[in-house]
Amino acid sequence: MSTATNLSSTDRWDEFMEGVWRQNPLFVMVLGLCPALAVTVSAVNALSMGLATTFVLTCSCLLVSLLRKMIPKEVRIATYIVIIATFVTVVDYVIQAVSLALYDALGAFIQLIVVNCIILGRAEAHASKNPPLPAMLNALGMSAGFTLGLFALGAVREILGAGTLFGISLFGPHFQPWVVMVLPPGGFFVLGLWLLVFAAIARRKQDKLAEAAGHA
Amino acid sequence: MSIEIRSAPHIKAPKSVETIMRHVVWSLMPVCAFFVFQYGLSALASLMVVTVSCLATERLIVRTGTQSGDISDYSAAITGLLLALSLPPGFPLWMGAVAGIVAIALGKALFGGIGFNVFNPALVGRAFVQAAFPQAIATYTPSFLPGRFHEMVPSSMTLPLMQPAAVADWLKAKHLDALAGATPLAKWKFEGILANADELLTSLSGHMAVGPSPALILVCGIYLAARRFMDWRIPAAILGSAGLTAWLLFALNDVRYPNPFFMLFSGGLILGAVYMATDMATSPVTPKGMWVYGALIGLLTVVIRYYSGLPEGVMYAILLGNAATPLIEKITQPTPFGKTAFALLGRQKKGASYSLHPGYISREDAGAVTPRKRFLSNKPKRDERKKPNE
Amino acid sequence: MSQATDALTVSTPTVGMIRTLGLVAALCGLIIVSAYQGTYDAVQENKRIAVERAVFKVIPVATSIVEYLAPGSGAPQKVGTGGTAPAGSIKFYAGYDKDGHLAGIAAEGAAKGYADTVRILFAWDPAQATITGFGVVSSRETPGIGDKIVVDKDFLANFPLAAPLSDDRMVLAHEIRTVKHGTKTQPWEIDAIAGATITSRAVGKAINEAAQALVPRLVPHLDALKEKS
Repeated sequence: MSTATNLSSTDRWDEFMEGVWRQNPLFVMVLGLCPALAVTVSAVNALSMGLATTFVLTCSCLLVSLLRKMIPKEVRIATYIVIIATFVTVVDYVIQAVSLALYDALGAFIQLIVVNCIILGRAEAHASKNPPLPAMLNALGMSAGFTLGLFALGAVREILGAGTLFGISLFGPHFQPWVVMVLPPGGFFVLGLWLLVFAAIARRKQDKLAEAAGHA
Repeated sequence: MSIEIRSAPHIKAPKSVETIMRHVVWSLMPVCAFFVFQYGLSALASLMVVTVSCLATERLIVRTGTQSGDISDYSAAITGLLLALSLPPGFPLWMGAVAGIVAIALGKALFGGIGFNVFNPALVGRAFVQAAFPQAIATYTPSFLPGRFHEMVPSSMTLPLMQPAAVADWLKAKHLDALAGATPLAKWKFEGILANADELLTSLSGHMAVGPSPALILVCGIYLAARRFMDWRIPAAILGSAGLTAWLLFALNDVRYPNPFFMLFSGGLILGAVYMATDMATSPVTPKGMWVYGALIGLLTVVIRYYSGLPEGVMYAILLGNAATPLIEKITQPTPFGKTAFALLGRQKKGASYSLHPGYISREDAGAVTPRKRFLSNKPKRDERKKPNE
Repeated sequence: MSQATDALTVSTPTVGMIRTLGLVAALCGLIIVSAYQGTYDAVQENKRIAVERAVFKVIPVATSIVEYLAPGSGAPQKVGTGGTAPAGSIKFYAGYDKDGHLAGIAAEGAAKGYADTVRILFAWDPAQATITGFGVVSSRETPGIGDKIVVDKDFLANFPLAAPLSDDRMVLAHEIRTVKHGTKTQPWEIDAIAGATITSRAVGKAINEAAQALVPRLVPHLDALKEKS
């Protein structure tokens, strides 16, 4: 696990890809569903939420990893939460400063990043046992996977729910919006569809492996 | 004569799923024909497109090899016809196709195919388009429009993904705008106008925007019930409970609430009670359960119509009834012969029955397999369970 | 401090725990304070722009706004000029046109809609004693149905809405209320959108409640507000 600090580039890439693909927080671990279903009504919202989570996850994992030898195990959860809450507050201010419209659209879900289980999970399971560089890489990978997942949801919901992507009209002015897609049920429908797609990919891969083993 | 037709062990004549489904399709034919007569080309196109989209989806999914079923078993055809009948005749055809795909893929295939679905597929499809296109689904055109066999309602031929043309403008151009747009239920709910009884029953007399004729559906339903392709208890319970609830409220305050006749014959209540709630896979099999199920749906329909923001409540009432079916079946299991009081006691305290009576052996312990509706295809599991016993 | 490896067996002394927690808390506090300081100006500016934009939308002729608080009795007080307004004061915005004349008063109202509370900003014209229009501050109404309130032409044709005070100047002379679609008979009634009655009713209720509370407090002091000070 925590062997050397000077990782080779393939190891780094592996560490990063772990969260993007193999352990994708949204489509493989099915974590962090609350923001994933609630704020992904548009691609912009989804990406902003993903970036906010990226910032919080990376910063808090870095800090937890730096302080990992100092934090007594009895109070580690409390410490992690304080650290995570700090960065969530910072993100909260920054988003207000950047755009109030975005802040209103994301609503309470910015503050609720605190209780996003991906972040506490990473801090506890990975950052607290690894040196800063791999911890950060892992956190970055996880956030990239989460952002990707949110974007996949947000893009489909925006295309069908409003006929636009990043606010750019795709189908002209006569597009009929699918109202359900911007309502909560739409989030479940789209998430279910993506899970179906990923399960089918995994199944196909498995079958291929089994077939190859059978031939050999 | 007191012979009852029950689902599982008392088969006395070969009555396959296919036979039943075929008869249901036949009995729907007069209803569809009258629907086309009322609304013309648009209704015909809608019926065809929705049914074809259901059949194509079914075919595609069965071909993946994940579930049994065949389009020749008529079940997808029933779903398509019922779905089309429950939609407005001028509903854009591409939306109808979406409804058909969702009905089969989401309402049926995801649960494991024919016989495994928890909710009526046609209603799942309709619920989806109701949520996705709330304006289009509330846009009705009057029946018996002049020239309905020569031209379609403009909204029917909308290009895929595009907004339907405004039906109101089209009606205005034909100088028919006085009778535009809303169903009798919506008229009552939002404008306080009650429709006449004869208009509702046959929709023959005037330009009312009603769906398929309730009287005709009732006749076809009686045929099905007489041939024992459908249990008469469910429609009887739904109509009885809806009528009773509506009558009670009408008796309490006849200004605020409409008369029970209006409640029964407006909207999709008759269609839902006769054809949708009686879907065999999604309704209880026990006779007592059927009464409970029907009563629940009737009550919910009236409650939703009166007290919610929606003018029509049949669809949600039946979907909720479907969801409650496993529970209803569980609490209405008939008592085995000779076990009356004891079995009742055991059932009431399910889970704690051992401590009550040390000699009691549960059915599972005795090796009995309770015939129970399965939500997922668990055929291999059943085999596993059998092995240790053998 | 114990090593990470044997941390599972050795328990940390309380002092150590407190020290670590204190240190972490101090560090975090520092980060938060600097973030707050760093973004304060931009956040305030954004908020001001958002309010201005909303007010200019309901009072189109206004070019500048002044924020006031209307106490239960006495003259309205400007916000931000020192002095504390008594509790229960109602916030409102006075919009002035380019010559500095009062163009309209904007205030917020809220009422329960179909999905959640609908918060609106409405404009009151003191010269005509009418509600000239409204805009949505926040709403979660069903897209395509409830959110038609800001685009439906027939619904927007309800405005201006008569809102004169009663003779004793304590309440509005006529309660503003929403009536079923097509049954509007009085200038103070709102004709609901067919199919979106609940949201339409929320708009009427929000305007009525806010106007009933605010307008009687304003009318005696209108002269003080007439010109931009």
